[in-house]
Amino acid sequence: MSDAILTLDAVTKTFGHGASTVHAARAISFSLHAGRALALVGESGSGKTTCARMAMREYQPTTGQILYKGRPVEGAKADEIARYRRSVQMIFQDPFASLNPAHTIAHHLRRPLKLHRPDIRGSQIDATVRELLERVKLDPDLVAPKYPHELSGGQRQRVNIARALAAQPEVIVADEPTSMLDVSVRLGVLNLLNDMKKEMNLGLLYITHDIATARYVAEDIAVMYSGQIVEWGPTGEVIDNPIHPYTRLLLSAVPDPDVRFDDPRTRLRPEDVDDIRKAAAAPQEKVVEALPGHFARSL
Amino acid sequence: MSEPLLSVKNLTIDYIGEEKDFRAVDDVSFDIAPGEVFGLAGESGCGKSTIAFAISRLHKPPALIRKGSRILLAGRDVLDLDPKALADFRWREVAMVFQSAMNSLNPVLRIEDQFYDVLRTHKGMTRAQARERAAEMLRLVDIPPDRMSNYPHQFSGGMRQRIVIAICMALNPKLVVMDEPTTALDVVVQREILQRINELRKEFGFSVLFITHDLGLMVQFCDRIGIMLAGKLVEQNEAAAIYKAPQHDYTKKLWASFPSLHGGVLS
Ligand SMILES: Nc1ncnc2c1ncn2[C@@H]1O[C@H](COP(=O)(O)OP(=O)(O)OP(=O)(O)O)[C@@H](O)[C@H]1O
Ligand SMILES: Nc1ncnc2c1ncn2[C@@H]1O[C@H](COP(=O)(O)OP(=O)(O)OP(=O)(O)O)[C@@H](O)[C@H]1O
Ligand SMILES: [Mg+2]
Ligand SMILES: [Mg+2]
Repeated sequence: MSDAILTLDAVTKTFGHGASTVHAARAISFSLHAGRALALVGESGSGKTTCARMAMREYQPTTGQILYKGRPVEGAKADEIARYRRSVQMIFQDPFASLNPAHTIAHHLRRPLKLHRPDIRGSQIDATVRELLERVKLDPDLVAPKYPHELSGGQRQRVNIARALAAQPEVIVADEPTSMLDVSVRLGVLNLLNDMKKEMNLGLLYITHDIATARYVAEDIAVMYSGQIVEWGPTGEVIDNPIHPYTRLLLSAVPDPDVRFDDPRTRLRPEDVDDIRKAAAAPQEKVVEALPGHFARSL
Repeated sequence: MSEPLLSVKNLTIDYIGEEKDFRAVDDVSFDIAPGEVFGLAGESGCGKSTIAFAISRLHKPPALIRKGSRILLAGRDVLDLDPKALADFRWREVAMVFQSAMNSLNPVLRIEDQFYDVLRTHKGMTRAQARERAAEMLRLVDIPPDRMSNYPHQFSGGMRQRIVIAICMALNPKLVVMDEPTTALDVVVQREILQRINELRKEFGFSVLFITHDLGLMVQFCDRIGIMLAGKLVEQNEAAAIYKAPQHDYTKKLWASFPSLHGGVLS
């Protein structure tokens, strides 16, 4: 595997203090590599968005550090931090809220170009806007002069992707990028992310509740529960041979039209679920490697 | 099928606009039998929520239900209810759970007081009676009754959603309308909630109108499913038929938009 672009190294994030402390992330470690995607899945409230925000430097880790190409970002020189900001771009969940209704699509794409791309000037800017829209399979003549409300959700999310690409990033962090989109356009956006990853050699952090799509876009997967990554490894390997009880539980609950809720053989027993939750919530340092690259925390 | 509990006939709903009206629901008819779970699936904007609101009589202008539309619940036309009958109808006959219902709990009231509010207003219960009923309902959704003195923020999103469901069912409604009730939750919590509702409807006999964009989930839970496209119900059938033998091209297209977890089957 290529060298890591972005690494979270034993990063912890707590909110609040005293009896009401929330351990949103406990000793989280993972790396993003060029041309590869890592899917982050797991319980609601397990800390996935918190990890994304730390990668975006919106939250400062409580302990641990973030590395950019092997070097700590904290305490780096201003120009290195600027480089990091440009290199790591985010795509948000809500394609509606993240675009300004008062500005055209062209305006949304010119801004990051002016900010991050001193190499292009004048008429080159509009040419690059066209290129970016073509990249995300939107017709520049049609879309560039439009306002966000004149586009569908799927089109808006493509604009968001184009905007992230404008900075020529090395890494894209996508937090549930398709959960607010229609099922019929989701696959299109996922295909686009997949193509970007391969063609532009991007590293991708893909956060989702939809584990089937994780398999679709991500080479690697990490499963979170209660602030910890409880299992991680190659996506197919983890999904086909889950080790950690929470991963197994999560996979058994993925909607599957072949499993009816009234079938007693496949019923989830609340007592079992509670037991798994209790056991998985305890901080656990010990890790087992089931196969090369496939790890799980012991219980 | 036995006499339906809910019978929607030729339902047509427009959103009245300044220049022109928008037909959100176009001549839709379907029945739901007592104890049955009926699903409505289809893309964003096809009119699912508009139907859910109309059945609960929670629709507001600019939504206008066109003449000739009928919504019969246990033989009575919901669209003819006067305001007094309506107050009784909501909760006792039909209860509605939304995607964001977990945020609809009053943040400054203890859970037991939220039960008390509903049970006093609609059943004239005393505090002690309401507490007993609250305990019973919370147990049904796997929440320890001793937590009824807690406030909403002391529960997780999934627990809050289960509490809303418990409150909705405290008055034994005949029909529970659920509009994307689990969309923001992880699949384990989603499964726990829906599996429980499935058991409760078998025990108590209420019917469910279930709305989601996730066809796989819909087939797991529903007895029958209707597929909507641009305001029209284009296909309705047994869940197994919608899955194994979809008739309409649009239903086939919807199925083709889901990547599968294994390519094979889940153990
Ligand atoms: N700014 C904050 N202040 C206090 N607590 C927070 C803050 N941000 C997150 N948390 C808490 O940290 C935990 C992790 O939240 P996070 O949003 O990272 O979860 P998530 O895995 O993204 O969940 P979901 O799948 O529901 O989006 C939760 O308990 C949350 O309530
Ligand atoms: N208050 C309103 N005024 C005008 N048009 C409306 C209004 N509410 C909804 N609509 C339109 O009516 C149509 C049906 O909307 P509805 O909310 O019923 O769709 P839905 O099937 O529930 O979609 P989703 O899956 O996104 O929840 C949409 O085209 C919507 O834009
Ligand atoms: Mg999140
Ligand atoms: Mg809706």
